[in-house]
Amino acid sequence: MSQPIRLKDHEKDARLVRSRVVVGAVAVVVLVCVLVARLYFLQVIQYDYHSTLSENNRVHVQPIPPSRGLIYDRNGVVIADNRPSFSLSMTRERSGDWATVLDTIVQILELTPDDRIIFEKRMKQGRRPFEPVPILFELSEEQIARIAVNQFRLPGVEVVAQLVRHYPQGPHFAHSVGYVGRIAEKELKSLDSVNYSGTHHIGKTGIERFYEDDLHGQVGYEEVETNARGRVLRVLKRTDPVPGKDIVLSLDIKLQEAAEAALDGRRGAIVAMDPTTGEVLAMVSAPSFDPNLFVTGISFKAYAELRDSIDRPLFNRVLRGLYPPGSTIKPAVAIAGLDSGVINASTRVFDPGYYMLPNYDHKYRNWNRTGDGYVDLDTAIMRSNDTYFYDLAHKLGIDRLSSYLNKFGVGQKVSLDMFEESPGLMPSRDWKRITRRQAWFPGETLILGIGQGYMQATPLQLAQATTLVANKGVWNRPHLAKTINGSPPVDSNPMPDIVLRDPSSWDKVNHGMQQVMHGARGTARKAAIGAQYRIAGKSGTAQVVAIKQGEKYDRSKVQERHRDHALFVGFAPADNPKIAVAVMVENGESGSGVAAPVVRQVMDAWLLGPDGLLKPQYASSANPEAAAREE
Amino acid sequence: MKSNFDRILSSDDVMRRRATFLQRIHLDGPLLILLLTLAAGSLFVLYSASGKNWDLLIKQATSFGIGLVAMVTIAQLEPRFMARWVPILYVIGVMLLVVVDVMGHNAMGATRWINIPGVIRFQPSEFLKIIMPATIAWYLSKRTLPPHLKHVVLSLGLIGVPFILIVRQPDLGTSLLILASGTFVLFMAGLRWRWIISVVAAAVPVAVAMWFFIMHDYQKQRILTFLDPESDPLGTGWNIIQSKAAIGSGGVFGKGWLLGTQSHLDFLPESHTDFIIAVLGEEFGLVGICALLVIYLMLIGRGLVITAQAQTLFGKLLAGSLTMTFFVYVFVNIGMVSGLLPVVGVPLPFISYGGTSLVTLLSAFGVLMSIHTHRKWIAQV
Repeated sequence: MSQPIRLKDHEKDARLVRSRVVVGAVAVVVLVCVLVARLYFLQVIQYDYHSTLSENNRVHVQPIPPSRGLIYDRNGVVIADNRPSFSLSMTRERSGDWATVLDTIVQILELTPDDRIIFEKRMKQGRRPFEPVPILFELSEEQIARIAVNQFRLPGVEVVAQLVRHYPQGPHFAHSVGYVGRIAEKELKSLDSVNYSGTHHIGKTGIERFYEDDLHGQVGYEEVETNARGRVLRVLKRTDPVPGKDIVLSLDIKLQEAAEAALDGRRGAIVAMDPTTGEVLAMVSAPSFDPNLFVTGISFKAYAELRDSIDRPLFNRVLRGLYPPGSTIKPAVAIAGLDSGVINASTRVFDPGYYMLPNYDHKYRNWNRTGDGYVDLDTAIMRSNDTYFYDLAHKLGIDRLSSYLNKFGVGQKVSLDMFEESPGLMPSRDWKRITRRQAWFPGETLILGIGQGYMQATPLQLAQATTLVANKGVWNRPHLAKTINGSPPVDSNPMPDIVLRDPSSWDKVNHGMQQVMHGARGTARKAAIGAQYRIAGKSGTAQVVAIKQGEKYDRSKVQERHRDHALFVGFAPADNPKIAVAVMVENGESGSGVAAPVVRQVMDAWLLGPDGLLKPQYASSANPEAAAREE
Repeated sequence: MKSNFDRILSSDDVMRRRATFLQRIHLDGPLLILLLTLAAGSLFVLYSASGKNWDLLIKQATSFGIGLVAMVTIAQLEPRFMARWVPILYVIGVMLLVVVDVMGHNAMGATRWINIPGVIRFQPSEFLKIIMPATIAWYLSKRTLPPHLKHVVLSLGLIGVPFILIVRQPDLGTSLLILASGTFVLFMAGLRWRWIISVVAAAVPVAVAMWFFIMHDYQKQRILTFLDPESDPLGTGWNIIQSKAAIGSGGVFGKGWLLGTQSHLDFLPESHTDFIIAVLGEEFGLVGICALLVIYLMLIGRGLVITAQAQTLFGKLLAGSLTMTFFVYVFVNIGMVSGLLPVVGVPLPFISYGGTSLVTLLSAFGVLMSIHTHRKWIAQV
């Protein structure tokens, strides 16, 4: 007998599927009945309610923008507030032929065709249907009156009171606090469209941009009943917005003004920091501009003037200006030499006025052509001896040098909350191979030792590197915000502290920097005359135009804009640092002659009381008399 | 003398029964008439919903033309031929989904497209809307019915892989439709009721887990907004509030064609795509929507008749699933626009603007027609 063959029972399968078809059909009918019931509910039972809602378009949901958080300086002086201002807004859907209405507005207010182009651009950025778009800000009394008289010719046009950002301090904080501006089309895509539904401005630069989320707040909304012309008759329901957080900055307006005064109209950058906390006390990029211009929309002409000015007022020199740090980097190089053991404090190098690599005939010159003779570390820093640092850089080699300078923040963003910061550049073997496809040459290491060559740093990075020498390697990222709604900003990506094998190395370099200011042959001794406290400092020069081998820098031959930038960094009081300052004077030529007095003035403004003496809280904790005695 | 057997064989009402022209080109008359009616109605509503945009109408009509060509082409293929290719197409479809997952082209914030510039640009997930039920139908048609647990589990695995890949895109609407199309095959194959009930009971904890581990914030937001549209009147809730107002203000007979205020004053977002039923409801009222529902019901009815009459088990299962999935489209879309269901981005079949979905839907109806018109006449005696 063959095995029984299991046949598929097609008839049974068909019956099964057919029964499921019936179940499916019943389900379909039941669910369609549910839909019809729902539609019956909406269209018959609730008909009156919905037709009132829709036919007259009476009920609107209107967003209520939150008021933007205020910004204060460290003493509570307002830097950014919100001022009520009347603006002209237009609702496209109610204006009929809105292009004609725009023409009428231009004619009534006697505006220019340029303004009309701006209006049109703003109208095209309207987002939600029936949302009024503000087209003209800061209406004068007269303009309001003209609009009111001609209201009948202007359907859909309204005068609205709004809060608009205002910067009472004008240009003082344009580069640190930044400004808000109208939301651009591009930004719109990446924004939370709900939260920004009532907002027309957004932080564009600086603190305003970095802390945009905190400053903005949460949108509220109200359901309002309007008449057919769009006027609000009554509010049906309201949810209040949550205002943005207030920010207290670490900047000090008096120090800021003193720093600006110290620059005395020259172009340049100043950063003053509290080395114990990383708080930025003053931040000057001169010349500056009035941020209020940007809030309500700057005219093409005014913007072109700012943009094309040879002085570049819009350029943030503190955060984006890249300069070879010059001799100001020598303290950090000295730390690298001491910590890696290639030198000690008493290592001496003979300086004939130049340095030569073995087997090369290129002369790397000291700035002092006659040479300083035998120099040790202290003298090398005091005299800013290039030969000593050529030798030191050669002993260190590029790998150790660049790894140490990285720890000082060169070549990376150092700040906690500054939006535009440029990372600068700390060259290395890998960097050169990748970007230039070339091997590293020993000569390039030498000039790095005196802060020239490929290396580039911002004034902020110079200030931070100086701060690290002042506070013995403790990293606090420089920050502008002291508190946000009462709580300090949090560093999500802290830098590791610089820990030396022998912490006394810090004191040796510190001493050398004091000699710069107070030593008999110190390069910047003139800037320290009459100081009430000990200063540690270092001058530097950032070349603008390269000097050929054997050529001499002759100031009379160099055009003013091609002259070297003067740099100076320093901190004080030297044994108990309370302020660290970095100064860059564009085309100032002499670090010790031009930039050092600026640093001194900033320090005086911060450290001295009204009586011209050191404020007691800044006096050295160890022995207050010591500083005075060494005067 | 002729035997009785000879007489029957020679009778022309069996073997020589003349196939009609439509049957010879493998199209189904009732379905074709209903589809053309829907297409005409769609253009009517779309003209109003798009603000009298002729370009849009021409694009939609073109897509419909392309869809008809796809439908007619697919209808020529024998179901047996389809069944042979389905497993390979399934594997290709899943691979394409993986490709999209790895390096897909970014469109509208979600990665759904395969884009070879100048050659082709399509969504593999659309392709799977037909391949998914066909794969399960192919698999189950070789087993005994009702399916054993082992086969059910394997089927669920086959459904699960593309489902998860599409959820990850993320495209919740499409993934749920594909899940539905696969499980409808299981249902048609006689999945035991007690299993169905226990799965439904188990779905609750799974739903809770999905909420916490799988869903993206915007999907959670959609559900929260659905439960309480008032909570977000400026965002997602806006659509629901406005579409309800549009439908409700239509009343029984509607405001008349081109006279809807909500849609014309741009109150209603996406009025020509997912929310087009609101325009229909506003301008043609309850009567208009019911008329549309009647056409849909007739399409579904015809689909179920085709299911019942299909000769092969593969045909039965596939036809049943495609028909039921079509109903899911209708129910989910109208349910979401009228505020019964969450907003999951399912278009209203044949009415919403959008070429991809038109072509997919018409292809599905091409499959139905193929199943119906390739029957062997002898079996109908």
